[in-house]
Amino acid sequence: MTVQFGVARTQPEVPLKSIHRIRFGILSPDTIRNMSVMEITTSQIYDEAGLPVRGGLMDRRLGVVEPGARCETCDNTHDACPGHFGHIELVKPVIHVEFAKYIFDILRSTCPHCGRIMLRNDEIAKYRERLERLSAKWKLLADNLVEKVKKRASERSTCPHCGMKRNKVKLERPYDFYEETENGALVKIDPEVVRERLERVPNEDLRLLGFDPSMARPEWAVLTVLPVPPPHVRPSIQLETGIRSEDDLTHKLIDIMRINEKLKIELEGGAPISVVESIWSLLQYHIATYFNNELPNVSIAKHRSGRPLKGLAQRLKGKEGRFRGSLSGKRVDFSARTVISPDPNLSINEVGVPIDVAKVLTYPERVNEWNIDRLRQLVMNGPETWPGANYVITPEGRRMDLRYVRDRKSLVDRIGPGWVVERHLQDGDVVLFNRQPSLHRMSIMAHLVKVLPGRTFRLHLAVCPPYNADFDGDEMNLHVPQNEEARAEARLLMLVQEHIVSPRYGGPIIGARQDFIIGAYLLTRKDTLLDREMVAYLLGAAKDVEGIEEPAIMHPTELWTGKQVMSMLLPRDFTWVQPTAFRSTCGDPATCLEDEYLVILNGFMASGVLDKKSIGAEQVDSLWHRIARDYPSGIARKWLDSALRVFLRYLDLVGYTIGIDSFDLPPEAYDEINGIIARGEERARKYMEEYLAKTLQPDPGYTVEETLENRMAIELSKVREDATRVVERHIDKRSEAYIMAKTGARGSLINLVQISGVLGQQTIRGERIKRGYRLRTLPHFEFSDIIGPEAGGFVKGNFKEGLGPVEYFFHAAAGRDGLIDTAVRTAQSGYMQRRLVNALQDVYVAYDGTVRFSNDAIVQFKYSDDFTDVSRSDHGKPVNIDQVIARVKQRG
Amino acid sequence: MAKNRRELSSLILEHQYNPQVEVVPREEAKRILRSLRAKIWQIPWIRASDPLARVVGARPGDLLRLRRRSPMAEVVETYRFVVPA
Ligand SMILES: [Mg+2]
Ligand SMILES: [Zn+2]
Ligand SMILES: [Zn+2]
Ligand SMILES: [Zn+2]
Repeated sequence: MTVQFGVARTQPEVPLKSIHRIRFGILSPDTIRNMSVMEITTSQIYDEAGLPVRGGLMDRRLGVVEPGARCETCDNTHDACPGHFGHIELVKPVIHVEFAKYIFDILRSTCPHCGRIMLRNDEIAKYRERLERLSAKWKLLADNLVEKVKKRASERSTCPHCGMKRNKVKLERPYDFYEETENGALVKIDPEVVRERLERVPNEDLRLLGFDPSMARPEWAVLTVLPVPPPHVRPSIQLETGIRSEDDLTHKLIDIMRINEKLKIELEGGAPISVVESIWSLLQYHIATYFNNELPNVSIAKHRSGRPLKGLAQRLKGKEGRFRGSLSGKRVDFSARTVISPDPNLSINEVGVPIDVAKVLTYPERVNEWNIDRLRQLVMNGPETWPGANYVITPEGRRMDLRYVRDRKSLVDRIGPGWVVERHLQDGDVVLFNRQPSLHRMSIMAHLVKVLPGRTFRLHLAVCPPYNADFDGDEMNLHVPQNEEARAEARLLMLVQEHIVSPRYGGPIIGARQDFIIGAYLLTRKDTLLDREMVAYLLGAAKDVEGIEEPAIMHPTELWTGKQVMSMLLPRDFTWVQPTAFRSTCGDPATCLEDEYLVILNGFMASGVLDKKSIGAEQVDSLWHRIARDYPSGIARKWLDSALRVFLRYLDLVGYTIGIDSFDLPPEAYDEINGIIARGEERARKYMEEYLAKTLQPDPGYTVEETLENRMAIELSKVREDATRVVERHIDKRSEAYIMAKTGARGSLINLVQISGVLGQQTIRGERIKRGYRLRTLPHFEFSDIIGPEAGGFVKGNFKEGLGPVEYFFHAAAGRDGLIDTAVRTAQSGYMQRRLVNALQDVYVAYDGTVRFSNDAIVQFKYSDDFTDVSRSDHGKPVNIDQVIARVKQRG
Repeated sequence: MAKNRRELSSLILEHQYNPQVEVVPREEAKRILRSLRAKIWQIPWIRASDPLARVVGARPGDLLRLRRRSPMAEVVETYRFVVPA
């Protein structure tokens, strides 16, 4: 049975052949003339009537690109004419810039008189024998040998064959060759002479130099004939005003033709050598920049407007070039891109898709007796109403655009099994969701569609870490797989729930963050007691829970603890013990009354609080890691979905905010901090005095100045560390900011210290501020060879009380430095990633566990030595022995 | 630089981070290649001039067996194909 997808082909059968190999060579002048349909004989392209001039660069024999016209070579119109090459006969030969290096290699290692390689016959025999042996099997080693031969041959100055002495050849980049005479003068070798010398080199000697003379004779690298690509490669564009604008390549070819004509006239008129040479070198320049307009030491050829012209090399090179821009970076159908925004009520598996997007993206669903009624209704709805359909394909392969079908009712009646309906995207469809830069495999995951009003893609906050997404304007791409096989594959392998555990470190990359963590902490705190209504709200958010437990307090009102609500969510067979972020001195989870340990026994949350360490993303050996690892992905996902909804619902109900009083410290704390600052400064100044008194001993390997700088930097940065301890001791433990920092929801103790304590030392490139004016960092300071604490960016103030002007300036300088640092780092690591991926993209793990290249060469005999897929592992280990033992013991 | 083989041996072979090396006999080499479903050139290469190959007197065409410690698995056996120069 043959299955045909899509439109039936109207074109005739094209014979299929597979490419066995590709061989690169240089076109010989004969080949260029043979493949050419005409010689370009004039630099004119259009006559007064605007028609192409015969013999010009737009001659109809080269092929036609504009509709209506017929090609004079193949008689086809623009859609079938493939284009035909022409050629330009160059009056004088020129070097092909991109081959200059190879020409140089040959000139250096051969005799200019007899053309033989500069090696003795015995050496030739030896190397030839070795090369034949190696090139059969050892391509790499053969290349090395060729390099060696070239080096040997270029070292010799007397020819072993004709006995003549020769001068050293020099290449002045990119295309001028010179000979160094005995008296040290440089004499130019013109391309004509270069070509003659290259012609003299025998085939056998070329093979030793790494050439395959059947594919590439070196003299072919000196152009005598220039191939002219058809207009298909360099189409002219007609502006609305009727003015014709030519392609850069055409402009370049016109330049070449003009100079070539001029050179011919001068030569025939018997012009002086100097004139001929200057025109010749201009011809060389134009042909060189035609190939590559970014050559070193060559001025860039420009358009009349001053815009640099694009050479052939520029079409291929770089990000926008043919390879990276057009081939690897091809745009695709069935995709969409828009801004992302958060929706905590979705599942982590889902993505919210705007209705406007869902009406454009389609899936071709094949009609059968089970879906026919549904699909008929969709066709009836048409392209304008969602859910509808945009196209219908008949069993014959005819495609009908529903926008233009007048009578949809009669079409709907004709639809039957075998038809295909390209219906709108609907809830439950599998799509691929992606955010650039795609640095790891979780950058593209499969989501299930949820069509929603609005204009943005919606995603769950817990999937932000794998995409590294936030909602400050980030955009993401969405792709719709177009057949059942692709959908199944995406659903089974790429769905978000299959990527909870990261292959980077074997822990959950998806998990709670920020608000979820605060909510979970507040819910599970000891003093959280909930009445029946509250519990109902929470369990309602959780969706399918088994039922409500007996309340912890029965009288005077029924009250449940937050831990009970958590227990109702947990799997019945789940047991787990871990320290919480609040753990301080207590060593025994079994007897701790202070909630310092999280203890869960058979789905019963006995003690502890939830925090980042237990339910956060990117936390290994945590409650969430255990659930993600020990239960099937679907169950783990469901648990996360509903637990996160509960945490957020609780946070919504109780509310959470911070005010300036979150950062209040008692006066004693400020006394201590001021003391720490004073002592730190004093110690720093003591070193300055020692230095001035010349009693400071340099550390090994450092000058006295460096020693002073190091000591001061250490003393001053210690101030903030010491202040951190003071703040930690004195701050109100119920302060919202402190709770956020401690639970890991947002912010850190350092932030608290900088807000209410002391901002501390500001740095630029990891050093104290040292640049600015002569002998001082700002005009506010006295001239000095050594920089005091304040002048070096030590900030005594804090954000709450405000910074002094100088302090503010240094803080801004350090902030800017941080920004620049991030920008530079991302650029560097991006380029590094590109090179690594390009080098390693063909490496794969074979079914036998070996790691191999595309030619099946072995890279590693067993993947990672233990054949462990980290994303299926327990923090990198194939099994977690402790966990296994604990479980066996518990089951008895 | 230590030039003779004995000196090299003591410098190279006895270093704690160095793998144990041996030349695999021809017959066994064939068996190993069969079990790996690999042609000999698909084995990672080592130059005959590499000190590690020289201490065991390996010649081009030989197969070397290396045993080394691995952070992931206890002891790992890998192979190297000796190429000229
Ligand atoms: Mg962003
Ligand atoms: Zn044609
Ligand atoms: Zn000679
Ligand atoms: Zn305790």
